[in-house]
Amino acid sequence: MSALDTRPGEPTHYSQVWTFRTPRARLALWAGWLALVALFVWCWQVMNANTLWIFVTDAPDQAVDIGSRMFPPELAYLPELLMPLWDTLNIATLGTLGGVILAVPVAFLAARNTTPSALLVRPVALFVIVTSRSINSLIWALLLVAIIGPGLLAGIVAIALRSIGFVGKLLYEAIEESEAGQIEAVTATGAGRAQVIHYGIVPQVLPAFWGISMFRWDINIRESTILGLVGAGGIGMKLQSSIDTLAWSQVATILILILATVVVSEALSARVRRALI
Amino acid sequence: MTPNVSYPRRWKRPPQLVTTRRWRLALPLLILAYLILAVGSLEIDVGRVIEGLERGARFVQGFLQPDFVSRWGDIRQGLIESLTMTLTATVVGVLVSVPIGIGAARNLSPRPVYLVCRSIVAVSRSLQEIIIAIFLVAMFGFGPFAGFLTLAFASIGFVAKLLADDIEEASASQLEAIRATGASGWQLIHYAVQPQVMPRLIGLSLYRLDINFRESSVIGIVGAGGIGATLNTAIDRYEYDSAGAILLIVIAIVMLTEYGSSYLRKFLQ
Repeated sequence: MSALDTRPGEPTHYSQVWTFRTPRARLALWAGWLALVALFVWCWQVMNANTLWIFVTDAPDQAVDIGSRMFPPELAYLPELLMPLWDTLNIATLGTLGGVILAVPVAFLAARNTTPSALLVRPVALFVIVTSRSINSLIWALLLVAIIGPGLLAGIVAIALRSIGFVGKLLYEAIEESEAGQIEAVTATGAGRAQVIHYGIVPQVLPAFWGISMFRWDINIRESTILGLVGAGGIGMKLQSSIDTLAWSQVATILILILATVVVSEALSARVRRALI
Repeated sequence: MTPNVSYPRRWKRPPQLVTTRRWRLALPLLILAYLILAVGSLEIDVGRVIEGLERGARFVQGFLQPDFVSRWGDIRQGLIESLTMTLTATVVGVLVSVPIGIGAARNLSPRPVYLVCRSIVAVSRSLQEIIIAIFLVAMFGFGPFAGFLTLAFASIGFVAKLLADDIEEASASQLEAIRATGASGWQLIHYAVQPQVMPRLIGLSLYRLDINFRESSVIGIVGAGGIGATLNTAIDRYEYDSAGAILLIVIAIVMLTEYGSSYLRKFLQ
């Protein structure tokens, strides 16, 4: 709001210096900042009640120590990592596949224009999406390792369960945004419900669907590299065992490999998505 | 014009994405070959899975009948750590990412500063929270302080990149107008850039707050404090009812922060 607005009851004399905000807005702003700072200080004190500052002040020495142990990376370890890397790629790909297959029906049930019942089915589908989204894949993996045992299967299922929410949410938004005219045209030919979806909606959301799936695949590659930390297979298991044995030069090799994989998958996914859209 | 062309009586939907016939045949074959290879290299212990189903049923039961009471002390401690960690990390992360974001905007910064800031952003974005947490726990010891540093570091990459992109998209004519009045660099940022990007920066910070809480429930697994550590312990001890309670609390808080932050963002913009 500019200082030049005149309202009844406000002073008619204005300062000759232009300022950004009215005095009241300035006061409110300062009060807001003060509240934030107070909250921050309070949180800081609660958080650090049990912090051992001797470890914190010691950190630079530790960093130098770890850094010197990591360098040079043990490149001879690389061949041993290829099989876990293949496992990691499989976790991500098969997990994405499973997640997408489960997410498609959920998305159609959650979209306002395709759901069979906005009152009963839609909330359930939305709840499935929210639950899947709010639990991190590492926590899913933690649970699944406890339930179905350590290994690739736990990782795949964790990635799949986590992907439902992401793919489902973006896909149902795409379905809701699909153009009504085309759907009406197909309906006008006397098409049934399934035919309307097949000829009216699917062609409209297909590019979005492949784009979302590729995007999720790329995220899943990232996530599957660390699932091994809780025992769900892949390169993360090698990482965990190297950390446990304090073999920092092996850790460095693994990290380089993970970084390279992530960069390649990101570039690939970006290229495919650009070709699609 | 030939009048006697026979048109096909049936119409088939034309292919949409893969229009070359050769690729339309080859792609399914390639995918099938990959699937056979991938599924073949899985080692699934069917016996173990069946054995686990009973445990899975117990977990679902624990989820339906969560036990908030018997581990409440640990859950409370974990939650306090997670929430305080989230807030402090977001505040510090945003404070640090503002100068880095300005430095990483091509239209404001000289080339060397731009390159340095962009590489900080790239490093922070390409490393996962959990891997950063492993290192920071090794350096700073167990507990929420390492978690705070992890989340703050991860926030820098996220906020600084999106802020820099936003500054680069800011209207150049407003920048030029303020510059034409003889404004210094500071005044330029204060009067031309800040009003244009402030709503977005607030939105980004709230969004990051939301992400940081989600992440804070995970990094506890490697010892960086927070509710994740409590959850990990509960699952390790097969106390599924306590684990169910923790997960329900996490889901509730995530939903609350998500709706709260999206409402606040709408209100501010």
